[in-house]
Amino acid sequence: MAKVTFKTHDNNSHVVDIQNGLSVMEGAVQNDIPGIDADCGGGMACATCHVYVNEEWLDKLPNKEDGEEDMLDMAFEPKKNSRLSCQLIVTDELDGLVVNIPSQQS
Amino acid sequence: MIKTDTLIIGAGPVGLFCVHQLGIIGLKCEVVDNLDKIGGQCIELYPDKPIYDIPAIPECTGKELTDNLIEQIKAFKINFHLNERVEEIKKVENKWITKTNKGTEFETSSIIIAAGVGSFEPRKFSTKEIKKYEGKQILYSIKDKAVFKDKSVCIFGGGDSALDWAIELSSTSKVTLVHRRDDFRGMQASINRVNQLKEEGKIKIYTKYQLDSVQGNKNLESIHIKHDDKSIKEIKTDYVLGFFGLIMQLGPILEWGLNLDKKTVPVNTENFETNKEGIFAIGDICSYPGKLKLILSGFHEGALAARGCFKYAKPDEKYRFEFTTSSKTVKDRLGVKE
Repeated sequence: MAKVTFKTHDNNSHVVDIQNGLSVMEGAVQNDIPGIDADCGGGMACATCHVYVNEEWLDKLPNKEDGEEDMLDMAFEPKKNSRLSCQLIVTDELDGLVVNIPSQQS
Repeated sequence: MIKTDTLIIGAGPVGLFCVHQLGIIGLKCEVVDNLDKIGGQCIELYPDKPIYDIPAIPECTGKELTDNLIEQIKAFKINFHLNERVEEIKKVENKWITKTNKGTEFETSSIIIAAGVGSFEPRKFSTKEIKKYEGKQILYSIKDKAVFKDKSVCIFGGGDSALDWAIELSSTSKVTLVHRRDDFRGMQASINRVNQLKEEGKIKIYTKYQLDSVQGNKNLESIHIKHDDKSIKEIKTDYVLGFFGLIMQLGPILEWGLNLDKKTVPVNTENFETNKEGIFAIGDICSYPGKLKLILSGFHEGALAARGCFKYAKPDEKYRFEFTTSSKTVKDRLGVKE
């Protein structure tokens, strides 16, 4: 279980508990977090669950698979700390994770 | 005006199987899709990825699934209106009149929306002030490459579309290719070719840069691109092309007076009709208690929606349930020779 904080572009914070094994995207969708569209449902095919990860967390996350960086090319305003939240699988180590949601997904 | 029984919006797997279900009960239909090819997400997003949960097919790719569905409906000789997006629908007496962005009009007694997560549209630049140049000097697709002759063209993107056009236009235009990172994700041969053209001085490449701003008055004159290290470079250019792939957007469907729940259309589970009589929704776009976004669920939804269309198409006839294994009528419709 990990507490994950989602910060929206208008500076609202949503803190949710996500159980181990789920992706951060799934945690967002189950909790109706605004701004995570996840159109393709976790297939790494759409880049609409894009988040910016707080710098101090970047090294602690699972590495990017091949396709993730390719999909991020298509995301809305990708940055160095961009990740697809469907690829971030929750473990106890991610307790306290903070991600920022872009102002839009497309 | 094309007159038929039903219009299907969306040529993905669910729309295709619904064609089959309409066909075997004797209803005619036409299909509209905004993509340039049949298959929807299966063909656009994962043509080569294996799917493991189609009943009785242990493993097949998105392309194989699409090809088989097309084969299965061959007998019905369906007209596909590709590269067209349905813009307006209106009810005139007991018929639905539908119009596409290319001006094609349909008159049908029912409509089946099998539009997935919406139509595929090009992803656009997020930079402000670009709106007034979009469609003129800032483009997301190329209709006539002759307009770029002897002009300077700045291409953004790292995939095959960006690479292919950079190569293609480099012989007649002054091409600059800009990408947000060092790695390109296109075919290796294209990447090699682009690098070779760069060596020969025929293409300029800027990586780790993204569009920052655009300058001009009536016409676009130059752009600023920003490096990861925040430094800015100015490029004078006549055209800017963005190739960031496609995104799915509900678009005009939002305007049709259908009930909406987030990005989906609520339906009843008896025949998948929406709040509008004669308009049905199936596949990823529909929602109901227990909805699963699986292709196999969409097949079921299409089967029931097709029966739902029957009473609108043939109000004076009673629908009769028949098996494909035993019904001569159905076999005739499928063109089965015995």
